[in-house]
Amino acid sequence: MSSFKIFDVAGSGMSAQSVRLNTTASNLANADSVSSDPNQVYKAKHPLFEAIRAGLGTNGASNGVAVKGIYESTAPATARYEPGNPLADANGYVYAPAVNSVEEMVNMISASRSYQNNVEVMNTAKEMMLATLRLGQ
Amino acid sequence: MPINLDAYLGVHAKALPLRSQRTEVLAANIANADTPGYRARDIDFKAALAAASNPQSAAQLKTTQSRHISTAQVNGTPAGELKYRTPLAPALDGNTVDTQLEQAAFAENSVRYQATLNFLSSKFRGLLTAITGQ
Repeated sequence: MSSFKIFDVAGSGMSAQSVRLNTTASNLANADSVSSDPNQVYKAKHPLFEAIRAGLGTNGASNGVAVKGIYESTAPATARYEPGNPLADANGYVYAPAVNSVEEMVNMISASRSYQNNVEVMNTAKEMMLATLRLGQ
Repeated sequence: MPINLDAYLGVHAKALPLRSQRTEVLAANIANADTPGYRARDIDFKAALAAASNPQSAAQLKTTQSRHISTAQVNGTPAGELKYRTPLAPALDGNTVDTQLEQAAFAENSVRYQATLNFLSSKFRGLLTAITGQ
């Protein structure tokens, strides 16, 4: 029965969005992880989504989502002058990751809304299937 | 007199699998709302239902060799009825899913699915009343 594929599709969407939520949490948590070396500092992570072209659904009608990979931001670390910091380099600078907190918060809200959408789809599909099972009663 | 169940159930029996398939397509659109380059799709329901109710009317390409790609029906719905949505505001990343629009279509489709189910259900109840004669 094709309705079961809705659960696969919505499930893949939920899992992809939760990966996005995970990277956002990691980025926000590490926003202040300073380092003495600009190359060693934490880099913001972002997932790359991709539609699953084959495998699901009849005549390619339904595409799930897959996380193709997680790429690290190439934005340069921001230098902060903190001579009192034990991690400071010879010139008194520490390097903070280029995490944009506002952008991450927006990402978090967007991921959470998309996740809720998929949950709603799954609930509706479940109700429709249960109603079909009760057909004729 | 034998009862022709197909004729008795009418268009509703054909509409139900189409509604179910449309749910699947819309679910895929919503799941891919954040996928770069994904293009939203939908079923041309009127054309699909017409093709399902009258298989002869649907234009079919002839296949004369085994390796020709057939436009024949895959699982009841012609592959050609699946169309790409015209985006109102395409995103920079090439994604054409409008979440609000898809949600509205999903809700509408789900209500229509329930309506078709109700029609079928009352048909079956009518049949049961006739059989038991009470």
